[in-house]
Order: sequence, then C-alpha cells, then structure tokens
Amino acid sequence: MSEPLLQVENLHVDFQTYGGVVQAVRGVSFDVIAGQTLAIVGESGCGKSVTVQSLMGLIPMPPGRIHQGSARLRGQDILVSKMIAGQDIRGSQISMIFQDPMTSLNPTMNVGSQIAETLEVHRGYSKSEAFARAIELLDMSKIPEAAKRAKQYPFEFSGGMLQRAMIAMAIACEPAILVADEPTTALDVTIQAQILDLLSDLQKETGMAIILITHDLGVVARMADEVMVMYAGQVVEKGSADDIFYRSGHPYTQGLRQAMPTNNKSTEAERTLESIDGSPPDLFNPPRGCAYHPRCPYSMQVCAKQVPSASKLGPSHQTQCWLHHDMAGPLPDGLVSVDGAAR
Amino acid sequence: MKPLVDIQNLVKYFDLGGNLRVHAVDDISLSINPREIVGLVGESGSGKSTLGKTLLGLHDKTDGRVYYDGQMLPQRYQARDFRAMAPKMQMIFQDPYSSLNPRMTVGEIVGEGLRLRPELSANEVQDRVAYWLKLVGLSPEHRSRYPHEFSGGQRQRIGIARALILQPEFVVCDEPISALDVSVQAQVVNLLGELTEELGLTLLFIAHDLSMVRYISARMAVMYLGGLVEIGTSSEVFFDPKHPYTQTLISSNPEADPIHERNRQSTTIQGEIPSPVNVPAGCRFANRCPQAMPRCSTTTPALKPVPTASKDLQSQQLVACHLYD
Ligand SMILES: Nc1ncnc2c1ncn2[C@@H]1O[C@H](COP(=O)(O)OP(=O)(O)O)[C@@H](O)[C@H]1O
Ligand SMILES: Nc1ncnc2c1ncn2[C@@H]1O[C@H](COP(=O)(O)OP(=O)(O)O)[C@@H](O)[C@H]1O
Ligand code: SF4
Ligand code: SF4
Ligand SMILES: [Mg+2]
Ligand SMILES: [Mg+2]
Repeated sequence: MSEPLLQVENLHVDFQTYGGVVQAVRGVSFDVIAGQTLAIVGESGCGKSVTVQSLMGLIPMPPGRIHQGSARLRGQDILVSKMIAGQDIRGSQISMIFQDPMTSLNPTMNVGSQIAETLEVHRGYSKSEAFARAIELLDMSKIPEAAKRAKQYPFEFSGGMLQRAMIAMAIACEPAILVADEPTTALDVTIQAQILDLLSDLQKETGMAIILITHDLGVVARMADEVMVMYAGQVVEKGSADDIFYRSGHPYTQGLRQAMPTNNKSTEAERTLESIDGSPPDLFNPPRGCAYHPRCPYSMQVCAKQVPSASKLGPSHQTQCWLHHDMAGPLPDGLVSVDGAAR
Repeated sequence: MKPLVDIQNLVKYFDLGGNLRVHAVDDISLSINPREIVGLVGESGSGKSTLGKTLLGLHDKTDGRVYYDGQMLPQRYQARDFRAMAPKMQMIFQDPYSSLNPRMTVGEIVGEGLRLRPELSANEVQDRVAYWLKLVGLSPEHRSRYPHEFSGGQRQRIGIARALILQPEFVVCDEPISALDVSVQAQVVNLLGELTEELGLTLLFIAHDLSMVRYISARMAVMYLGGLVEIGTSSEVFFDPKHPYTQTLISSNPEADPIHERNRQSTTIQGEIPSPVNVPAGCRFANRCPQAMPRCSTTTPALKPVPTASKDLQSQQLVACHLYD
C-alpha cells in the first residue's frame, strides 16, 4: 500500500454549550490514500461531519475546540497551519461538497463567475482564463451547454444540476482530497446514480482521494475502497469495503447492516429487519466503557467498565470490541475474527 | 376480492394562473385490497403526495372517482366529510419535524383526533393516548412533553400514534421513514408491519427507498410525472421491471453489497424529470427513454397487463409502454 496522503491521528473535538461540553469527536484516527475513497458511516450525531469539518477548518471556535490530535497532509499538520507553500489548503488542497449545494454557491452571482473566482484567488488566473476554465469544469461535471449555463444563476439550475455545479467548483483547483458530506442524501435515486458516477469518473481522471460521508450502506458499497464506522464520536471498526460488508467484526456494524433489507431474489423467506433498539447516546456524557454497550445485544460485564482495546482482524481491518479479546470465548453468529473465516 | 380503496381515473391539476397547469396526478386508476400494503415509488415531483392527499380529500379532485368500501367519496370534502372519513382514512406525514404542532403536548397531539369521539370521557381519552404511546414504543409519561424534546424516530412514532388512535382501516404513509437513520427506519418499518398485521390495516406506503418498499409491500406501483407507469407484485416489479423508467429506477438503486456493486453496469439515464406544467402529448418518459419510438411522442400508452406466453393467463403486472403493445 502506498504512503497515505492524509494521516489523521487521535483527533478530539468538543463544543462548549450552555448544557455542558459536547464531546463530539473522541480520538479518531484514519488514513486517506491517494486515488481512493474512504467512506465514513454511522447514525446521525456520531461525529462524522465534525471530523471532516476539523480538516476543513470549519469548526466554529468558540464554541468548538480541537483539543488534541493531528492531521498531516503529505506530512504537514493542517490543523496547525492553514497554509501550505503560501496557499490556503482549503479550496486548493482539500475541498468540500455538501448535501445542500447552496451552502457553497452564492445566489447573487452567475455560476461561471463563482467558479472563476476560486481560480483567480487560489491559482492566480486572469479573469478571462478563469471563466474559460470554469466552462471546461462545468463540462467535465457533465452539465449540458456549459458555456450557456456558466452565465446563469443558481436559481436557474435544478437540484441535480446545482450539485454538479458545486462539484465543478470543488474540483476547480484540482484538490488532492474531495470531502463529500452526504452529497446525494436529498436526491432521487436516478440523480444520485448520476452524481455518484460523476464522482467516480472524476476520481479516475484526476486521481483525487474522496472522503465520503453517508448513512446509506448502498452508497458505501458502490463507492468505497475503505470504510470507517463511527459511533458516539469514536471509530468502532475500519477496513476495506469487503471487510465491512462480508467480514464485519463489530456488533454495531452488524446492526447497521441487518437494519437494511437485502434484495436477494434467491432467498425466498424474507429475513426480517433487525432494528438497533434505542438511539445513540448524548455526547455530553458518553457511556463508560464501550459506548455501544447500552444497545449491544452481546454486551458483557466488562463492556460497561472498560474501553475495549483495538483488535487487528486483517491487514487494514481493525475493530474495538471486547468480543475479540483472547479471553472472550467463541464469537456470536455472523461476526468474524480473522479475515476470510466466514461469509 | 372487493377492493377497499378503488381509484378510478383520478386527476388532480393545480392551476397556477396564466394558462399554467400542473398535471400532478393525471388519470390514475388503482385498487387496493383490504389488508394489502401497496408501495408507491417515483422521483420527487412525480405526484405521489398529491395522490395520497387527494385520496383523503385534502385536495379537491379535478376529475375521476375514488370509492371507499364501495361508497363514492365526494369530489370536494366538506367539514362533515372529514368527520365521517377521518376515523377510517388517515395519513402519516414525511417530516417528523414540521408535521407536529410545536405548541401542543404529545398527549394533545396524539389525542386530538379523539375529539371526533365525543362519547369518550376525558379519562378514557387519557387512557387511549397512554395505550397508543405504549403501542408505538413510547411511554405514557411522554404525554406532557413537547415534540422538540424527541428525536426524529420518536416524533415519527408520535405521528403514527396520532394517525392510528382513531383505528382507521386505511392509512397513507407518505415517506414515513425518509428523514430517519437506517437503524430507526427498521424500527419504524417493523412497527408499521406489526400494527398492520394486528389491526388489519391497509396501507399505501409512499417512499423513495426502493429496497424498503419492496420489503414492506405486497404490490408496488411506480409513478412518473403524474401517471402510473407500472404496477405488479413487489418482486415482479423489483426483479423483473418492464417499463424502461422502472428499469432505470431499479438499476439506480445501490445495493449494500460491494461485489454486486462492482459488477453493476452503469445504466444511468441522462436528464431529470421534466416539469409537470403543461406536459406534452404521448409518453411522458419519451424525452429520456433509451427505447423511444416515433409513436411514443404522439400516443399516450395505456396501463395494461404485460403480455404472457399463454392467452388464458392474464398477468397481474401492468405496464404503460408501447414496447408491450
Ligand atoms: N457547532 C456545534 N455546537 C455544538 N454542538 C455541535 C456543533 N456541531 C456539532 N455538534 C454536536 O457534535 C455531535 C456530532 O455532530 P456531527 O458531526 O454533526 O454528527 P454527524 O455528522 O455524524 O451526524 C452532535 O452531538 C452535535 O450535536
Ligand atoms: N399545492 C400545490 N400547488 C401547486 N403545485 C403543487 C401543489 N402541490 C404539489 N404541486 C406540484 O405537483 C407536482 C407533484 O408534487 P408531489 O405530489 O408533491 O410529488 P411527490 O410527492 O411525488 O414528490 C409537483 O410538480 C409539485 O410542485
Ligand atoms: S465491547 Fe461489548 S458492548 Fe461493545 S460492541 Fe463489543 S460486545 Fe458490544
Ligand atoms: S412508451 Fe415509448 S418512450 Fe415511453 S417508456 Fe415505452 S418505449 Fe419509452
Ligand atoms: Mg453530518
Ligand atoms: Mg411527496
């Protein structure tokens, strides 16, 4: 495996609110490899957005505080310095797209000029060069009649087209990493498929890495090389997409998978959906021990007392769960200890 | 079997003035049997919510008829029609955030419909509210709290209790799970499934999660731009879709299975659903359909049974497409 492009280590983020301190991210570590897609999954409120917002310098401080950890992009800590070689990292090295395109688009400016502006600021293009490039980018994002569209305003675009325009703007400076926070959650499946195809195509063309946040395991299966499962501000399991879907080692990962219907024509008897009872804990006061223990069907005494240590299940596959401890006895059905042991 | 809900050539247009007319629901016929769950899918803007609301009298009908248990429902509801029908037909709305009045307590919200049952004493109302809160997995103590104190999944449960407390026979569930996390979606879907079984409910289940719709419904109907383009058993429609639009929809649905996804051929169609204002003649899918033929842009295809190998067998799968003429 090649050297990671981005290495995030032991990231801790909290928010000071009138109700107390929200421990939104509690010791998150992961690597991002050039040209690959890392998907981050987990229920709402488990710290996915805050994790990537820290990388983007988007945590409002105060109330937010990154009080521990590092994020090194090609060796340089981007949590400390916002600039690399005189360039703002945000927008040039890492850029971001959102569920709502209007988060990044200005309603009072035509779309082409907005993209052009990024190029003028970050890349020193002249106005006319920048606008010409903006048209190329809209075209790369598969917006028909890009030259005409560049002169239009956001309100003249449909939802799917706005998403494409936002993508065009995000890739303008050829970022090494594109962060996508629930980019297709609000879209219909057919438009979602178009946008996901576009992201994959752009990744192939440019070699950029993608960090994709989604709660849709179907989208994860389609897009991800690596997957990181978060719960209550922590990483509970990470591994390749196949590790997570076929060899998951953590009860929470298993729970998320069993909560979704599978469309298998051959299994006549329908598997009933297993819901995960209850909801994620509030992060003012995360549970002691394993944060998942109040909802975990396999919870043991130790789980409520001590934080589980990490177990390595494969080359890039690891999980944090006491079931994998040497002393824990045989694993429940469906959970896997060593790679390849079950399907 | 005699259908519980029989929709015949239902039309709902919205006039926007200046000759602009939204063809939200355009000539839809569909019958739903007692105790059946019919799933309804289609892109946003295709008219699913309008169909549901028109069924329940929340919109006046532009044309067509709806029969409930053999009785024709009025074209335009008066207050007394709502009073008569609300105990039988109810709706669960998509947005668990905006569909609950923030100034009412949970007890008031859930018990509101019982005002239609003046014979119940205040105590009886309280008891029923407590019973329904328990049935949907909340606790009777939640009665005096306000909606904002609850999570999305809990609010959806409040919406379900509110709709079901009158013990209706027929419920339109309009995207009841779309705003929820996967884990909570399973909770709500299982709850709806159990209640349907126990209470003998009939559901029109609108959602855009195709896998969930297939999972919960016996039959599945597909809408496109105001029209019904295909209907059949959920496995027919899901595993053997006939209409080019349904085929696109199903093949766009990402499966939680990386091997399946790696082997998927990209079959995305270009473009987006056109505006339902002043729709053109012919098949409404023609401008995006990879298999469009000349007659598609002139003649509107009717919804009819898919041809079968034998003349005596009539398929229950219906499709509106000239490929099957
Ligand atoms: N600006 C903020 N102020 C206070 N709390 C916040 C802020 N942003 C996020 N949080 C809290 O941090 C936690 C994690 O949030 P988030 O990362 O948005 O979750 P996810 O993206 O996984 O749904 C939540 O409890 C959320 O309420
Ligand atoms: N009250 C209304 N006035 C005008 N147009 C409406 C109204 N309600 C819905 N529409 C339009 O009717 C069409 C169908 O909408 P809707 O039934 O909400 O679709 P869906 O539920 O499938 O997303 C859309 O074009 C929508 O804009
Ligand atoms: S550590 Fe214990 S509670 Fe946590 S996931 Fe593993 S078995 Fe469940
Ligand atoms: S009628 Fe024609 S345009 Fe419409 S779906 Fe069938 S083949 Fe395509
Ligand atoms: Mg988020
Ligand atoms: Mg709707």
